[in-house]
Amino acid sequence: MREFDYYRAGSVRDAAKRLAASGNAMLLAGGMTLLPALKMRLNEPSELIDLGGIDELKGVKLSRKGAHIGATTTHVEVAGNVELRAAIPVISQAAESIGDPQVRNRGTLGGSVANNDPAADYPAVALGLGATIITNKRKISADSFFVGLFETALGTGEMVTEVLFPLPQRAGYAKFPNPATRYALVGVCVAQFKSGVRVAVTGAGPSVYRLEDFEEALEGDFSSDALDGLSVSAANLNDDMHASAEYRAHLVGVMARRAVAMALD
Amino acid sequence: MDVQVSFTLNGKMVSAAAGSATLLVDLLRNRFGLTGTHVGCDTSQCGACVVHVDGASVKSCTMLAAQIDGCAVDTIEGLSGNGELHPLQQAFHEHHALQCGFCTPGMIMSAADLLKRNPRPSELEVRDWLEGNMCRCTGYHNIVKAVRAAAGVMGEEGS
Ligand SMILES: Cc1cc2nc3c(=O)[nH]c(=O)nc-3n(C[C@H](O)[C@H](O)[C@H](O)COP(=O)(O)OP(=O)(O)OC[C@H]3O[C@@H](n4cnc5c(N)ncnc54)[C@H](O)[C@@H]3O)c2cc1C
Ligand code: FES
Ligand code: FES
Repeated sequence: MREFDYYRAGSVRDAAKRLAASGNAMLLAGGMTLLPALKMRLNEPSELIDLGGIDELKGVKLSRKGAHIGATTTHVEVAGNVELRAAIPVISQAAESIGDPQVRNRGTLGGSVANNDPAADYPAVALGLGATIITNKRKISADSFFVGLFETALGTGEMVTEVLFPLPQRAGYAKFPNPATRYALVGVCVAQFKSGVRVAVTGAGPSVYRLEDFEEALEGDFSSDALDGLSVSAANLNDDMHASAEYRAHLVGVMARRAVAMALD
Repeated sequence: MDVQVSFTLNGKMVSAAAGSATLLVDLLRNRFGLTGTHVGCDTSQCGACVVHVDGASVKSCTMLAAQIDGCAVDTIEGLSGNGELHPLQQAFHEHHALQCGFCTPGMIMSAADLLKRNPRPSELEVRDWLEGNMCRCTGYHNIVKAVRAAAGVMGEEGS
């Protein structure tokens, strides 16, 4: 790794001020993505601002609006929160499916959504549930937050402080894990609300996206049978050594059916 | 830039100056001579570098030394006490759960975290937990047996 300065922020304000002051600083949360990237010199920040010491960024709170999860809450803390599992089990299930125990002990919700890896799990759940990403500056709907490959709506000097997941009537998340990393080869989150059904897909395209024809079919009839006859085009889907675009297209249909079954279970 | 860190290492308070880009594993091996913690991949995949930070297993190749200021770090060297092997170490020995031994410290530190959270794991739970620990020699079977033996659940359902 190239040298960089290290700064442990004491509060969100402190971190934001520091980030604004330096053109080339980066935020460090769990480090599960950033530190490997620094080793490969994909990034060369002048300074890392460690969010690990900021208590106000940690924790899970439930309210009438849904689940408020602080940006530096780790995957293991999310998976282990009993009230959250009772209220919105799909979030807990996604969190416990991430990587391995050591990754879950360090990796955070904020780091995962900010990174927007095309195969990450949380972006699918955030988009599927129609979450709101709260930053030090504004509130951004998941629909506008996840912009493209490793790209989000976050501007310079902006950091995620919390994600608010609304309460669905029911929801499910099914993924076909890459056997080497457990990232999603394809993962589908299906959620039913009074206002309609949302279906979000990760792993298949350059960034998480919604599947509108599946949403319409499920709005008419929330059952896996409703998806019979719908096919997924392989055009523009990821095609790499892990899976062909055609196979991913097939998996989208399979995972969507499983997610519906989980929601109904 | 150097960062001053004070932390508890295997039960003793220590301090050191570390470069801000120094990894925890390098601090442990190079500054404290604790070479039981291995570097297998240096890419967060293999688990040879697993240690405990504040009681939770982590990959020490994917943490900065600067991040452990004020924490408690436990390594494989701190596991046995009074010259007696830890039950996991004893079980790995008895069940031939290692060949070259390179993965063993990480396997044992990871398994120790599992047994703290789940003292009676099924075979499936052990296999699932060890997802982040790779072994190129044993084929895992004896490792799983050893972890369950240490937990005292050998011979129960699922073994
Ligand atoms: C072996 C392995 C397996 C994995 N498997 C999976 C998997 O199966 N599914 C999955 O989804 N993920 C997986 N991951 C990734 C893991 O979930 C990481 O936790 C996640 O990608 C990044 O979170 P982090 O807290 O470690 O962030 P960091 O690595 O600290 O940061 C990642 C990026 O986000 C930025 N950032 C961090 N926090 C904030 C914030 N609050 N506001 C704005 N920007 C921020 C950083 O500057 C950096 O650019 C895996 C990782 C590894 C190493
Ligand atoms: S050396 Fe740390 S995970 Fe391989
Ligand atoms: S015993 Fe050789 S790698 Fe596990």
